[in-house]
Amino acid sequence: MLGFAQLFASRLVKAAAILIAIVVMNFFLVHAAPGDPAMVMAGEAGAADEKFVTQLREQFGLDRPLYEQLGTYVGKIVQGDLGFSYRQQRPVWDILAERLPATLVLTLTAFILALAAGVALGTLAAVTVGTWADSAITVVALLAYATPIYWIGLMLSLFFSIQLGWLPAFGYETIGAGYTGLAHVADVAVHLILPVITLALFYMASYARLTRASMLEVRSLDFVKTAKAKGLSQSRIVTRHVLRNAILPVITVAGIQAGQLVGGSILIETVFAWPGIGRLAFEAVLQRDYQVLLGIFLVTSIMVILFNILTDILYGLVDPRIQVSQ
Amino acid sequence: MMMKSDFWRAFARNKGAVLGLVILIAIVVLAVFASVLFPGDPWDMATAPFQPPLSDDALLGSDMLGRDIASGIAHGARVSLLIGLTSTAAALAIGVTLGALAGFHGGKVDDAIMRFTELFQTIPNFVLAVVLVAIFTPSLTTIVAAIAIVSWPPLARLARAEFLSLRTREFVQAAITTGQSNTTIILRQILPNSLSPIIVSASLMVATAILLESSLSFLGLGDPNAMSWGYMIGAARTVIRQAWWMSVFPGLAIVLTVLALNLVGEGLNDALNPKLARSRG
Repeated sequence: MLGFAQLFASRLVKAAAILIAIVVMNFFLVHAAPGDPAMVMAGEAGAADEKFVTQLREQFGLDRPLYEQLGTYVGKIVQGDLGFSYRQQRPVWDILAERLPATLVLTLTAFILALAAGVALGTLAAVTVGTWADSAITVVALLAYATPIYWIGLMLSLFFSIQLGWLPAFGYETIGAGYTGLAHVADVAVHLILPVITLALFYMASYARLTRASMLEVRSLDFVKTAKAKGLSQSRIVTRHVLRNAILPVITVAGIQAGQLVGGSILIETVFAWPGIGRLAFEAVLQRDYQVLLGIFLVTSIMVILFNILTDILYGLVDPRIQVSQ
Repeated sequence: MMMKSDFWRAFARNKGAVLGLVILIAIVVLAVFASVLFPGDPWDMATAPFQPPLSDDALLGSDMLGRDIASGIAHGARVSLLIGLTSTAAALAIGVTLGALAGFHGGKVDDAIMRFTELFQTIPNFVLAVVLVAIFTPSLTTIVAAIAIVSWPPLARLARAEFLSLRTREFVQAAITTGQSNTTIILRQILPNSLSPIIVSASLMVATAILLESSLSFLGLGDPNAMSWGYMIGAARTVIRQAWWMSVFPGLAIVLTVLALNLVGEGLNDALNPKLARSRG
């Protein structure tokens, strides 16, 4: 596994470089914003009292040259100090840490669902190419591409929660029910269904289209003909030979799109009142709480990098050749 | 160069693309004649609040403040199309310039530009757009700039790939030998030959830009002076139990517009890259 470990290490180095770039970008965003950087850090102009703004100026050395300020800023971030939210009177990191688990559950479940269901549907479409099942999957994919995800979320909750009353329309758990153990897990899972499906739908469509195209391409290659000539069963050819090769570009794209998926959670969590980082972003926008917003930008970027590492591992599992070729 | 009639024949062979074009023309007409069809400010109270669809003075109903939904959709079409087109143009300017420089020069320039592109592809782009618009206060300009800043990387990659492959072609080598300047070669020789895939991507990007704008205004980050579809859905979200029509109709407007643009994009792809279209079966 040496090759894979090396690849992994090089990815980590790259991830660190990207993180530093994002921290620097955050710094310049605060300084490029219209108005006094201290005011920007304190939240909406006028909301902060003079004493706090002066304290911020001293703390960040805002009268010093820009490069010195950058040094102070990066130093603070490295120590895990993401700043202080004047609005909420708490350190930004504390606020984020509290909301992180809910977002991780939502995005990871949606990511796995999108990959699994997308590949399954794409395979189905490729195997039944030209039939009604294939056209149906293509049409659904086209519609999913064109529909804003927050609107899908609203429509699903209008139908399944308000009309049919099957699923809860919002929230993380039933308030005041006081479930524990398995009952609590089941309760959260029921609340998770609509947000996860909404978030996963677009990517499911995207991976289904990609899997279909990729499988149709691989299907005509020589080694598949060989497999057929050997007399292998159709299902074995599809799963072991065609799919295993066709899935590689899908995993690559899934890694690239991870950022969009994480960003989409802002909209989904807003629609379903899911108490994660995305919902926090919406609240921070309403309150113009820039410190929290920049913290969210950093944390979601770290999440994307983790998702990318996850797809790298997946890629390595599916394609053992990666050890030699990379 | 392809003849015009060939182009139309190839485009028209794709039935979906023709349908998309018809829908798109209808939406453009709606946007252009919005003030004629629905005179008056879409923000003004036009009728009683919470009027259901098919009411006497509000075909698609009214919202919680008595604003006409149909009027909002017509005026919102302007904003959506305007932002979709201008932000795509801006993204094209950034993406194609960087991609062209990377692909043409290769080596260290290429490395540096591609690292930069990769950085922007890793960043969760919607989060960056939200941060940018929130910090620089929402207006048409900041929204267009934010969408362009998060959308250019795929265009840069595409332009780079085109330039890389065209750079080694004989006509480019000939231009180099005749002593043409780099700028001339990039603009007059390579760019015109790499336009087809760029046009196709740009048409699809207008669609994504419209979705992005609607998402921003859904979160309350739209231009406060411009009526937009995302804003209408965001504002009506809390009363969806009592008044479904306030969020359903603007949503349908977005779906139709984006779908039409995607269909037209696929038609353009068939017409401009005929080899690819045929091999796809």
